[in-house]
Amino acid sequence: MWSRIYAIFQARNREFLRDRASLSWNLILPVALMFGLSFAFGNDRDAYTVGVLQQAEEIDTSSHPFLETRFINFVAYDDIDTALNKVSRHQLDLLVEFGDEPRYWVNPESPKGYFAEITLLQAGAPASGNLEKQQIQGQAVGYADWLLPGILGMNMMFSCLFGVGYVVVRYRKNGFLKRLRATPLTSFEFIAAQVASRIVLILMITTFIYIGTHVLLGTRMEGSYFTLFLIAIVGAISLVSLGLVVSARVTSEELAGGLLNLINWPMMLLSGVWFSLEGAPEIIRSIANIFPLTHILNSARAVMLDGATLGDVAPSLIALTVMSAIFLAIGARIFRWGAL
Amino acid sequence: MVAMLARQAAFRYSCAMPDALEARNLIKHYPGVRAVDGASFTVREGICFGLLGPNGAGKTTTVEIIEGVTAATSGDVLYYGEIAGKRFREEAGIQFQNTALQDYITVRETIEMFRTLYKRQANFDDLIEQCSLGELLDRDNRKLSGGQRQRLLLAVALVNRPKLIFLDEPTTGLDPQARRNFWDLVQSIRAGGSTILLTTHYMDEAQVLCDEIAIMDSGRIIKQGSPEELLRQQYDGLIIELPLADVTGDLDQIVHTRHENLGIIEITTTDVARSLQELTPLVTDLNHIKIRQPDLEDLFLDLTGHTLRA
Repeated sequence: MWSRIYAIFQARNREFLRDRASLSWNLILPVALMFGLSFAFGNDRDAYTVGVLQQAEEIDTSSHPFLETRFINFVAYDDIDTALNKVSRHQLDLLVEFGDEPRYWVNPESPKGYFAEITLLQAGAPASGNLEKQQIQGQAVGYADWLLPGILGMNMMFSCLFGVGYVVVRYRKNGFLKRLRATPLTSFEFIAAQVASRIVLILMITTFIYIGTHVLLGTRMEGSYFTLFLIAIVGAISLVSLGLVVSARVTSEELAGGLLNLINWPMMLLSGVWFSLEGAPEIIRSIANIFPLTHILNSARAVMLDGATLGDVAPSLIALTVMSAIFLAIGARIFRWGAL
Repeated sequence: MVAMLARQAAFRYSCAMPDALEARNLIKHYPGVRAVDGASFTVREGICFGLLGPNGAGKTTTVEIIEGVTAATSGDVLYYGEIAGKRFREEAGIQFQNTALQDYITVRETIEMFRTLYKRQANFDDLIEQCSLGELLDRDNRKLSGGQRQRLLLAVALVNRPKLIFLDEPTTGLDPQARRNFWDLVQSIRAGGSTILLTTHYMDEAQVLCDEIAIMDSGRIIKQGSPEELLRQQYDGLIIELPLADVTGDLDQIVHTRHENLGIIEITTTDVARSLQELTPLVTDLNHIKIRQPDLEDLFLDLTGHTLRA
């Protein structure tokens, strides 16, 4: 019995170790993630988030001692409406402006805002005069409200990438694609069928999850269901297309899994599924914009939490459409039925 | 006997038919390997053509090049005189040696799905009856036996009423009864007028089913013709078989071949009576002697086992 077990164990080890591409991904991916996350969130130990209203991106800490306070994450805003909206939803604990007329905004319903205000006042008056206090009313965006688009987006991402990418590779490996190749079916028809199938399935699943959580948790929905549905369709197409690119030529399920994880994990962590990227380095926020999931989540949250209109989310929809077109073009171009 | 005469008559008729398929100097190189090394042959319309060869001879690669699922390094495939293309895909039916079907899909759904891929479609009920799949229609593909699975794969190959059918080692792994049932099925398809290209390493299968064969070894076609014609060319007379253990004298005076592994000595002769006379004093028991016609197994062994590798 043991000799049989050992024989299988040895054969499996050889198979894995000789598949150098899969092995490389298995080694590189965790290391790359470790470095990436350390860089992105290494300073994410701040207890409070305070907006600073100013034009420049860099915050000038010399303009007020409060800006040198430890454990407060200061984020620059050049648009007062955006910043005030965040204060009203408790996404910012405080908003300050140290200009000619220094002032600050706080939501009296926010516990963290209360403590941030005390800290601000203890830091002293600004050189240009007394701080003017203004109050902003608004209900906090619950964690469930904020998280729901993330969960839906993440589920969509896994389903689209693995549901297409991994399955196509399995079809190729077990010869099913070869069988289809021997019919009049074209590669375009095959790809289109895969995309359509997955989109219909994921929309059904996403709708089901949304209705369930919305009914059970009473999550916030400020915008239009039509716009949200449109975001889901366009987003699903972009993710499925990305899955097709990964699966276009790969014949090893392990390599496909490695490649998909290489895309999945950074996208999941950098697109704002679990936490906001506000305060993260600019380069991280720029990188996040190359992921379809970032645009899906940003636009879905804007519709669900802020009541954004179709026009408001149009830039994200356009970005997703462009990504889909690029991914589909690459996928169709490099697609192979088998080892031709 | 009647079946053989009918087959010979059909073969003579088919000699006047056009070539359904022509492979011209097919070559396929993999790094360090010449899998197919200049294979050329023609298949006349309406016949069952057998591509025979030992494992690794290049049969499957050759057929997959013709089917269009493997790219040749060089060479051409002509279907009714034209480079095989769209028309070929529409009119050819293919049963691969190994084909995975989708899990959780029933026999009915599988056949329907493949039927939908073609303009020419076989009648569903006729197909089910022909392949004896009536009782299996709602069964999950994963739960089919080897024979049932082969019948389903054949049905998939027939969904477009193909003019040309490829069967790549279709009975490998089947029990004897399932093999014979499959042969009946192939004969009924052939009787319907379709051209069949069969690859197999079972010589009895080729002998029963094929009007014409090509023997392949090391990526090359080494013989092509009807089984009867090839046997006539290769052998003059009958074969006497006797166990090596029964031999007590010196056989060198008699022309013979010896199958060492099987412990059998074969003597090819045109005069059985005289050979038996010569053998009588040299063997212990004449009751163990067998006299038979040479068959494709002999031809195959002589050509691929002895002639080429001696």
